[in-house]
Amino acid sequence: MPEIILKYQAEIWQSIGETFVMVGISIIAALLIGLPIGTLLYLCRKGQLLENRALYSSLNVFVNIVRSFPFLLLVVFLIPFTRFIVGTAIGTMAATIPLSIMAIAYYSRLVEQALLEVPRGIIESAVSMGASVPEIIFKFLFLEARSGLILGLTTSTISFISYSTVMGIVGGGGVGDFAIRYGYQRFETELMIYMIIIMIFLVQTIQFTGTTIAKKLDKR
Amino acid sequence: MISLHNVSKSYQQHQSILQAVHLVSLNIDKGEIHGVIGASGAGKSTLLRLMNVLETPDEGTVMVNNQTLTTLSNRKLREARRSIGMIFQHFNLVANKTVFDNVAVPLELASYSKKAKVERVKECLEFVGLRDKAHQYPAQLSGGQKQRVAIARALANRPAVLLCDEPTSALDPQTTAGILDVLQTVNKELGVTIVIVSHEMDVVKSICDKVTVMESGEILKTVSIEPQAYVIPKNDPKWFLQQLTEKERNSNA
Repeated sequence: MPEIILKYQAEIWQSIGETFVMVGISIIAALLIGLPIGTLLYLCRKGQLLENRALYSSLNVFVNIVRSFPFLLLVVFLIPFTRFIVGTAIGTMAATIPLSIMAIAYYSRLVEQALLEVPRGIIESAVSMGASVPEIIFKFLFLEARSGLILGLTTSTISFISYSTVMGIVGGGGVGDFAIRYGYQRFETELMIYMIIIMIFLVQTIQFTGTTIAKKLDKR
Repeated sequence: MISLHNVSKSYQQHQSILQAVHLVSLNIDKGEIHGVIGASGAGKSTLLRLMNVLETPDEGTVMVNNQTLTTLSNRKLREARRSIGMIFQHFNLVANKTVFDNVAVPLELASYSKKAKVERVKECLEFVGLRDKAHQYPAQLSGGQKQRVAIARALANRPAVLLCDEPTSALDPQTTAGILDVLQTVNKELGVTIVIVSHEMDVVKSICDKVTVMESGEILKTVSIEPQAYVIPKNDPKWFLQQLTEKERNSNA
């Protein structure tokens, strides 16, 4: 093990832990809120089961606005909101708020796209069998789109890791922030390179896991 | 069994309005195999979708099995649809479910117990001759086998009516003959009333008792016919070759 890693062992482990907390909570937010919003985006489209122009437009505008923010500005812009929810705007927990908002917008768009891949005929046959809207969602839509939903979550997770690297600005910590503060600002280039290797390894593992699961579940 | 009274359906298409079905009235008796034939755009598919209110009519009433579907609440309509089976040109099976699970879906929707469900699925697969395929996925089956699974799925809830939207139009003549055979058995043995929409004259001629001919959204005429056996065209490579080279010779001459 290189000496420099041993020297900063404790800090490295802590920064990895912070990244996991930030990204983990963003994934949970994406699943709990992004998945339903994406499903509503799909269902409220013209010609779909719950066609609703007003709801579709408002969700669509929300997703577009969040996604058009440069992420750093979103973090700053949301400081009052973060303070309201978490009680403080500084630290790892505070950092999860803007990350989760971005995660929700990001994943809901990917969910909408995955659901659009489901052939219309499947929905039609579900309706002809007398299925209700919740039954259509859970027994047909999600089942048929499951590979796309998982690949979307994989892509999202990797983006969240990338977004989480700028959370140093509100003291969020994490691997990226550690690499910048110790590796770049303290001129420990070797340390920076090791941190980049850790990030690469993390992203490769996530992508490999996501692709493998998606492929295994795809029977089309 | 099925009765449409002055039913109309139109679609908004860009700036213009397309009148798909215009003031159609039609009665289909219990136990009949009723064909609907017409050119593309004649409104035959829309007419079929009006029978289980997949398309809501702009005006008119739809009665199936002594229930007026057009006035039912959403919940009652979903219940009524369970006794109206439907199959499609492109089968519409759930690709991520096995054959067994596909046939089980309508039973789950009707909250069958697990034991009753397993038994009924086996029965239905047996009926269409695919019991050994129960644990395969639709992608592993041929077109004809997929349509058999779709028929098994449509029959699972013991429907009184089976609506067929171009059921053989994606299949080759040999497979078509097999599917028509199954449909005939469904009608004769289970007493299910069948409506078949098709643009293939041979299909309609071979199993229907009555045929409705449609033209631009209206019924031209409904006639009673004597079903004649479906003639399977030759499938011999030598015959193909002969046909092809003969044409060539003619055009050379």
